[in-house]
Amino acid sequence: MTAITRRNMLAGTAAAGAWALTGQPAWSEPQWKKYAGTKLEVILAKGPRGDNLQKNIKEFTALTGIEVESEQIPEQQQRQKVVIELSSGKPSFDVVHLSYHVQKRQFEKAGWLTDVTDFMKDPNLTAPDLVPGDFSAAGLTYASNDKARMFSLPWSVDYFILYYNKELLAKKGVEVPKTLDEMVVAAQKLTDPKDGTFGFVGRGLRNANMTLWTNFFLNYGGEFLDAKGNIQTDGPEAIEATKLYQKLLTTCAPPGVAGFNWMESMASFTQGRSAMWIDGVGWAPPLEDPNASRVVGKVGYTVVPAGPKGQYSATYGDGVGIPAACKNKEAAWLLCQWMVSKAQGARLVQAGGGVPFRNSVLGDAEIQSGVKMPKEWLQSAIDSGKISKLGLPVIIPVAEFRDLVGAALTATLSGADPATELKKAHEQFRPILERSEKA
Amino acid sequence: MSTIVEQVSGAASEAAAPERALRPPSYWPFVVPALVTVLAVIIFPWLFTIWMSFQEWKVGSPTAFVGLSNYLRLPADPRFVESVGHTLSYTALSVLLPLVLGTLAAVVFHARFPGRGLLRALFIMPMMATPVAIALVWTMMFHPQLGILNYLLSLVGLPPQLWVFHPGTVIPSLVLVETWQWTPLVMLIVLGGIASLPTEPYESAQIDGASTWQMFRYITLPLIMPFLFIAAMIRAIDAIKSFDIIFAITQGGPGSASETINLYLYSVAFVYYDLGYASAIAVVFFALIVALTALLLVLRRRAQWNALGTDT
Repeated sequence: MTAITRRNMLAGTAAAGAWALTGQPAWSEPQWKKYAGTKLEVILAKGPRGDNLQKNIKEFTALTGIEVESEQIPEQQQRQKVVIELSSGKPSFDVVHLSYHVQKRQFEKAGWLTDVTDFMKDPNLTAPDLVPGDFSAAGLTYASNDKARMFSLPWSVDYFILYYNKELLAKKGVEVPKTLDEMVVAAQKLTDPKDGTFGFVGRGLRNANMTLWTNFFLNYGGEFLDAKGNIQTDGPEAIEATKLYQKLLTTCAPPGVAGFNWMESMASFTQGRSAMWIDGVGWAPPLEDPNASRVVGKVGYTVVPAGPKGQYSATYGDGVGIPAACKNKEAAWLLCQWMVSKAQGARLVQAGGGVPFRNSVLGDAEIQSGVKMPKEWLQSAIDSGKISKLGLPVIIPVAEFRDLVGAALTATLSGADPATELKKAHEQFRPILERSEKA
Repeated sequence: MSTIVEQVSGAASEAAAPERALRPPSYWPFVVPALVTVLAVIIFPWLFTIWMSFQEWKVGSPTAFVGLSNYLRLPADPRFVESVGHTLSYTALSVLLPLVLGTLAAVVFHARFPGRGLLRALFIMPMMATPVAIALVWTMMFHPQLGILNYLLSLVGLPPQLWVFHPGTVIPSLVLVETWQWTPLVMLIVLGGIASLPTEPYESAQIDGASTWQMFRYITLPLIMPFLFIAAMIRAIDAIKSFDIIFAITQGGPGSASETINLYLYSVAFVYYDLGYASAIAVVFFALIVALTALLLVLRRRAQWNALGTDT
C-alpha cells in the first residue's frame, strides 16, 4: 500500500510548484470552441456545488458549444451509483463528482479515472491560471497519486471549524477557547441542564462521529497510518482523543447526543441550546438564515482549538474527474476546468455554499468583499486552510473504518472504556484493511 | 350434396385426427411469457446470489471462488450476530403491538356510532403516508431537546426520554413508529373478519347472559383467529424486511443498537462493496424469512386442528 505520507505530499507540492515556475505562455487561451457540439453527462452529489453548476451551466455552453446534461443525486446514493457504473466499465457519465475522503484510494486502486496531468500542461486545453500550485496542499494531495500524477481536479473543501454562540459565552463570561483543554473547561461552565443549555454539541452517531473525532486525534499528534500502511487509530493519541471526546459529549452535551448527526447538532445549535459546535465549514448559511435559526448574528466562527501536539483542522473534500472509459475526454476536461474556475469558485464561496480549493479564489480581495456570510466565517475558512490536514486515512475500506471505530466511539458515550473499545474495533478492522489491500 | 359434404368433412376429421394425436392440445405457449419473466426476475437472481455467495467479490477487484468461507465468517461476525437479535426483537414487537391495538380498534370501529365513517378514514391515514417522509417527521419529534414528544411528556409530569438516541430505547421507539403506521392495516383486516361473522352466536350468548368480554373472548376471538393469522403473517414479513423507517431515523444507530440484518446487508453490499459476503447474508436472511413464514403456517394449521378438535 502506498500511503500518503508527509514526504510524498511535500514532494508532490514541490513538484507542482516547480511546474508552475517552468511556466506556460501566459497569453494563451485554450481552444474553447474545438469540441463544440459534443454532449456531456455529469453525475453530481446533491448540494450547493451541484446547484451552482446547474444554475450557470449555460455560460459554459455559450463558451464552448458543448451541451451538458447534469444529474444531482443524494450523496450516499450517488457514491453507490458511481462505483457500480465505473466497475461495470461503461459508465453513463463523462464527468464524475467524487468524495475524496471516502473514494480517493478506491478510485486510484481500481484505475477508474483518467490521468489529467498532460491535459493540464497543454495550453490548447487549459487556461493559464489553472496550475496545480494554485490548489491548497490538501487538495493537491487528494487529487494526485504518489507519483505526483493528477487524476482529478479539487473542487470544494470542507474544513472543520468551531462555531460558538457569542451571547451564551458572554453571559457566562467565557472566552473563546484557544486550546482543547480550554474548550472543555468552557463547555463545562456553559452547561446548565436545568436551563436546557449545553456547552458543546457534535456528532455522536456512529460513522458520522469520526469526522469530529479526527479533529481531536490530529491535535493530539495522531497519524492514521505508519510508513508501512498499518492503521494507528488505537494508539495512545487515539485513546487520549477518545477520552476528550467522551468527556465533552457525556458531561457537556445535550442528552441523546449518541444519536446525533450534523442535522440534530445543528438543530440544537440554531435553537441556542448549545454554545459550541465543531463541524464542517459549510453550515454558515442555515445558521445565518432568520427563517431557520434563532442565533442569527450571534454566531462566532473560528478554527478548531489547538491540542497538546499541534493545531490542525480535519479536512475533507470533493473533486471532479473524468472516467477512464470516457470517450470525450478533452471536452470533459474543459468542463472540469470550468467547474473549478475562478468565476464558479467565487459564486460558491460568496453564497457560503462551499469553499474552493484554489488559493487564488479565497485570497482574492474582490471575491472576499462579495461574500454574504460574516467576515469571521471567511477568515475561519482561510485560517483553517493553513492548518488543514486530511481528516480520514486514505485507504479503501474507509466506510468500514468509520463504522467500526465510530461504533467504538459511540459506545464510550454509554460509559465504555476508550482503550478497550478502540482495541476491540481494531481487532475487527485490521483484517478488513489487510484483505482490501491484498485484493 | 349432403353426402359430399359428409365425405369432405369426414376426410377433414380423419386428416386432423393423427395430427391431434401427435400434438396433444397444449397451452404451454401461453405460459412462456410468465415463465420467462419469473426465470429472469426471480429464479435467475436467486441462483446468481447463491453463486455470488461462494465468491470473494469486492467491487473494483476480480472475483475468486472461496467456497463456504463467506458463510463461515457469519457466526464470527459480531455485527451480524447482533443484527439477527435486533431483527427478531424488532419483528416480534412490530407484529405484536399492531395486532393487539389493531384488533381493539377493529372492535371499536365495528360498533355503530355517529361519525364512524369519518373516524375510520382518519384512522387509516398513517398507512397511506410515505415511510421515509414519516421517518423524517418522527426524527424531529424524537429530538430529546426540541422534539414534541418530550414536551408532551413534560405536560403530564414525566421525565424526558432519549427515544431513538439511546441504545436501550431505540428499538421500542422505532417500533412505535411502525405501530403507528401499520396498526390501521391490521384493523382493516380484522374489521373485515368481524363484519363477516354470523350474528346468531351473539344473540344466543346474550340470551345465556354472557358479558361483552365473554362474548369477545369466546366468540369473536376464536372466529377471527384466521384473520389474525393472516394479519400476523403480513406484518411479520413486512417487519422483518423493514428498512426505510430504521434507515431514515437512526441508520442503525446509536452505535449499532438498531442495526437489523437488512441494514447490515445494505452496508456490506453498497457501502463496503463486499458483494460475496453480502450475498451470503442475503441467503441466510432469505432462509430466516422462509423459516418464519413456515412457522406461522404450522401454527395456523395447528390452531385449525385444535378448533376442529373442540368442535367434535
